[in-house]
Amino acid sequence: MHRPIARPLTVPAAVSALAVAALVTGCSGGGGASQPAADGSIAVNATDTACELSKPEAAAGAVTFNVTNKGTKVTEFYLYGTGDRIIGEVENIGPGLSRKLIIEVPDGGTYSAACKPGMVGDGIRTPFTVTGQAARSTDTNTKLAEATAGYKRYVTSQIETLVPETEEFAEAVKAGNVEKAKEEFPKARTYWERIEPVAELFGDIDPKTDGREDDERGPGETFTGYHRLEKDLWVTGLQPDSGAIADQLVADMKDLQNRVKPLELTPVQLANGAKELLDEVATTKLTGEEDRYSHTDLWDFKANVEGSQAAVAALRPVIDEKQPALGPELDKQFAAVDELLAKYRSGDGFKLYTELTPEDTRAMAKAIDALGEPVSKVAGAVSQT
Amino acid sequence: MTPELSRRTLIGLAGAGVALAGAGAAAGVAATSSSSDLGLGPVTGAVEFFGDHQAGIVTPAQDRMHFVALDVTSTDRNQLVELLRTWSSAAQRLTAGAEVTPLGALGGNPDAPPDDNGEALGLPPSQLTLTFGVGGSLFDGRFGLANHKPAQLADLPKFAGDELDPARSGGDLCIQACANDPQVAVHAIRHLVRMGFGTTAVRWSQLGFGRTSSTSTTQATMRNMFGFKDGSNNIKAEDPDALRDHVWAATGDGQAWMDGGTYLVTRRIRMHIEIWDRTSLNEQESIVGRSKGSGAAPGKAGEFDEPDLVISGNDGRPLLGDDAHIRLASAHTHGGVKILRRGYNFVDGADGSGHLDAGLFFAAFMRDPHKQFVPIQRALADSDRMMEYIEHSGSGVFAVPPGVRRGGYWGDTLFT
Repeated sequence: MHRPIARPLTVPAAVSALAVAALVTGCSGGGGASQPAADGSIAVNATDTACELSKPEAAAGAVTFNVTNKGTKVTEFYLYGTGDRIIGEVENIGPGLSRKLIIEVPDGGTYSAACKPGMVGDGIRTPFTVTGQAARSTDTNTKLAEATAGYKRYVTSQIETLVPETEEFAEAVKAGNVEKAKEEFPKARTYWERIEPVAELFGDIDPKTDGREDDERGPGETFTGYHRLEKDLWVTGLQPDSGAIADQLVADMKDLQNRVKPLELTPVQLANGAKELLDEVATTKLTGEEDRYSHTDLWDFKANVEGSQAAVAALRPVIDEKQPALGPELDKQFAAVDELLAKYRSGDGFKLYTELTPEDTRAMAKAIDALGEPVSKVAGAVSQT
Repeated sequence: MTPELSRRTLIGLAGAGVALAGAGAAAGVAATSSSSDLGLGPVTGAVEFFGDHQAGIVTPAQDRMHFVALDVTSTDRNQLVELLRTWSSAAQRLTAGAEVTPLGALGGNPDAPPDDNGEALGLPPSQLTLTFGVGGSLFDGRFGLANHKPAQLADLPKFAGDELDPARSGGDLCIQACANDPQVAVHAIRHLVRMGFGTTAVRWSQLGFGRTSSTSTTQATMRNMFGFKDGSNNIKAEDPDALRDHVWAATGDGQAWMDGGTYLVTRRIRMHIEIWDRTSLNEQESIVGRSKGSGAAPGKAGEFDEPDLVISGNDGRPLLGDDAHIRLASAHTHGGVKILRRGYNFVDGADGSGHLDAGLFFAAFMRDPHKQFVPIQRALADSDRMMEYIEHSGSGVFAVPPGVRRGGYWGDTLFT
């Protein structure tokens, strides 16, 4: 359950059709006439006071600008769309230097080109028209559809195990077998924690199953679910209603299973789910808040990271297409977290949170920060058209 | 871009002369002093990022500071160099008053986190300077730099009364942000820290809310948390001979990559202000060795009159005690040695015992900490009566490389 960062993904986010891939190639000295070049590229003559384009329009598709800085200040060149959305840009063009900028502009319409001598201000604007319409790649849409379908299969398989694992946990509670129930608690939660952002799409399930004792509740709502049973098992001893709480937990998980079946996820939801799982690690596992009675937080930590990795893996073909440098960085940082967590293995599970030193949690926080930055870039990468 | 929210639009309106990152404009801005002297509101222009020396050293001391020390968490030298390039590009933009990247807070893909969080939208450059340094621990062999460690970067000795907290000391790297608007300084550090995730992690951080030193003759000397003008005798930007002799590392000092650089010593000095406030004015002035009002030394009329260390009163007794702060810190006492001070007042919340956790974040630039800071601090630690009211709780020594040339990056003389 996430608390201070609650942002249920109830509205499917449409994949943005506006952002466009831009490609900047390396420096070349001099050049840059104000006549259209033979290759169809557009020369941009940027000075301290002017921003002249060799022609004011181009056909939809790949548009190439050759920007030459003839001024005295470092300049930038931008192509803006409606509402000043940046379609493409090239920065840090020193005086006397030229840079080539290739922008994919699939949609015809009115745009605005801008030079920014000194890198500040709104820049010197000039209108720019794109004519016609370029074909969009259907390849990306196929990959995205495969990604969401693949992740849906992952979620389904996790819930298929979550239900019987939770049943086993509930049976042990009802049988009064505290030792067995304690063993089952972190195992069952592993499947829950891997897919938690999906469960949170159904706003009523999470508070009942994963709420904490000190959460605010409406009238008639009580502390139930995994953590209520955790407290019974580790602190207060089993209560007269522990069995009923266990039965309700199983019923809630079956409810989740049924409700996930027709669910359609978007690529951006997958990506944001991957990020939220790491936010969960940072705010509830590294603090020992989540499993405050059993101290089995590292089990949940591991499960959150695995769930995040599964969502990213499903999106990987799209990530590799859109931002080729991002995938290897994700691989590297996921591996670093795995390697770090492996040090805290104990038997089939992990050390207790109470056995960790401040140095241990500091190292974990650094690893999660290092992973969180590239994971936060996935949503933007997959929604980039 | 939404015009009313655009940081850069506002700068544009402020006039090209202010917005320019060019050397001429920066020099013009740099010649003015900070808000406290003029009573005209904060100086808001930009300070040039490029130059022979880094900005933020002799730049007229801005009113606010955010300092951060970082550890390098990666062992990949290329990754570190890449970060230094990214930082330098961002620092150039931030000091010019631009957002951290061209896409900024609002220009990127709305499904992605913004490159710039936007808390400085609408704020002018505010004379932001970003000053980069490297600590001795960077030379431990992880990055193949062991042979490049300057002797000047050796650890400081332990001084009497030091209560140093390792969590507030040291660091592989440091970045000092100074600005006339605290939001601008914090914005810069926050985003540089963010860029470093996976390569660096914050080791410690310090906010300073008010400058204590002046680094230009155009600035008034401000007061520390003891209420006294601090660093009246500081090295000033207008004294090139003193800068050459006492601040800038020069050819022959040891490591050539530091030519034109300097060394930074930071000390987090907790001040027990509650006890100080129960001390009589006579006693306070006797401890410091200056008048609280004017800042003048005993028998002198003005703050900048040269102190007379042997002056006696009508009764023939010395007016300046052997244990007075200004005597022990004086250049005369240490063979002419001086340092360029750039300290800031801080209050870091409460100490849990009903007191404010207040003090002075001492930051000083010099050519060799072991020939300049160490003898002065040793004398103070051993004899200064002020020691009863303070304790040093954090410490750092950093090599501050020379200024960045166009196309270069922070520390490029070390890594190339």
